[in-house]
Amino acid sequence: MTALAARFRFARDGFTLDVDLDLPSGVTGILGPSGAGKTTLLRLVAGLERCRDGDVQLGERVWQRRGERQFTPTHDRGIGFVFQEPSLFPHLDVRRNLAYGWKRTPVDARHLAFDDAVDLLDLANLMDRGADRLSGGERQRVAIARALLAGPELLCFDEPLANVDPEQRHDVLGFLERVPSEVAVPLIYVSHNREEVTRLADFLVLLRDGRVEASGPVASALTDLDTPLAHAGDAGVVLVGRIEAHDDGDGLSTLVVGDRQLLVSRIDRSIGESVRVRVAARDVSIALERAASTSILNILDATVSKVAPTASGQVTVQLQIGRETILARITKRSVIRLGLVPGRKVYAQIKGVAVVR
Amino acid sequence: MIVDLAPVWLSLKLATVTTVLLLGIGTPVGWWLARSTSRWKPLIEALVALPLVLPPTVLGFYLLSALGPSGLVGSLWSAVGGFPLVFTFTGLVIGSVIFSLPFAIQPIQTAFESIGPRPLEVAATLRARPLDRFATVALPLARRGYITAATLAFAHTIGEFGVVLMIGGNIAGRTEVLSIAVYNAVERLDYVQAHLLAAGMLGFAFLVLVFVFVINRRWHLR
Repeated sequence: MTALAARFRFARDGFTLDVDLDLPSGVTGILGPSGAGKTTLLRLVAGLERCRDGDVQLGERVWQRRGERQFTPTHDRGIGFVFQEPSLFPHLDVRRNLAYGWKRTPVDARHLAFDDAVDLLDLANLMDRGADRLSGGERQRVAIARALLAGPELLCFDEPLANVDPEQRHDVLGFLERVPSEVAVPLIYVSHNREEVTRLADFLVLLRDGRVEASGPVASALTDLDTPLAHAGDAGVVLVGRIEAHDDGDGLSTLVVGDRQLLVSRIDRSIGESVRVRVAARDVSIALERAASTSILNILDATVSKVAPTASGQVTVQLQIGRETILARITKRSVIRLGLVPGRKVYAQIKGVAVVR
Repeated sequence: MIVDLAPVWLSLKLATVTTVLLLGIGTPVGWWLARSTSRWKPLIEALVALPLVLPPTVLGFYLLSALGPSGLVGSLWSAVGGFPLVFTFTGLVIGSVIFSLPFAIQPIQTAFESIGPRPLEVAATLRARPLDRFATVALPLARRGYITAATLAFAHTIGEFGVVLMIGGNIAGRTEVLSIAVYNAVERLDYVQAHLLAAGMLGFAFLVLVFVFVINRRWHLR
């Protein structure tokens, strides 16, 4: 079901953005190199940029429609926007920054209590600080809480980690991952960092030179060999699994993904919870027989569904494992030696499974 | 020997009224100049800056001609029943406002420009309407510009001479402001009076500047 429909044709300074998007609810990741128009797209959706030739509709509400004068200004759209650069009000302390949108939000439009947002982003001991006495990561945590407190109907995150120190990035990402379950509104997450996006997103849009290169649910967008995503050096897939059992002796947890099982390092969560794991293409190798003596724990029977060369001379192999699709990155020589063609039954040896959420 | 304090009070009153009016005018004009991309902007900026380069006597002369009973503004004004403008306090105020216009508008304009669009966009995403954004974000962030504008406008009005001489006409008790009183005292060879007024003005100017720098420093450290 479409949550946000956005269509724009927008030209400025020799750059043209021409997109037509139907985004589902949940988290949409917009990926693309810098200059692809990601930020412009987000600003158009939020109404911070005006474009005559555009339609934006969130659920039942029309924010703008081509050929009609009606244009809902940003302050009436209910947008929670987190900017790339530091954007806290320098003349207000953290508490008053958080309260700015909260005060202006009608009580029935609020999603969560003031103190809950403070706890969610762990801001309790920063409340009296000025914006200039916060680290980059702290600032973005405040900005995220401030956006959540303004009762948004749509969250727009524009590279929120771009100006955060690498050491703090991981922490902030951890906080970001909690947002979708706390505030159930569509979230658009713009980034050029694939790892960030695949950790968060359910739906992916790939933007290049102002156009949509590919879009779709994250699992299929990442494994579609027709898109450049599957060929990048850090290509990989995201799988959703359920925790079946823990083995504290060996420090492992068993996940059920589709109709198969995966062993991963012990996850600190309860049995029955769902987790997202990422399997990088370069961590998957292929064998024709099941290796008996190997250190690899996860060996699954698979069927080759597609084989495509990458620009770097290696080959990306798309594998079906039950209902799931994964990618393997191997050399051209191995493809020939093993005779890998679509339909071939093989064993996928998965060296690493990273739990992302 | 008693110092005649009437010119002092008149100067303070004139500077206060002028400063208040200039902050009122400077806010919309400075805002417009900071945000506008209109092709008329350089024209307006030049017009605002004109009092900086004109000799005060030239400005005073034009004002005298325009505001006088036979001038364009003056004749219209008296036609609708207004009292005379030249050689009155009202005339002094009009002259001072025009003379100090750039000193108030330019710091305000610069302050608004330095805020940039981002804080106002943030406020818009937090549901603040345009006037609300202006009052709760733009004005507080431009406060240093306002302090500078108020100080410069006030000090410049206290110190002006040429324009008030032309349009005020040096009438004791009515339009004889401090700077003119010093001049008159020197003319009379009353150096005691001149010294007292001049020293008082010097001390006052110094205190105002110290006050401004202290305020600026405190806000900067916050």
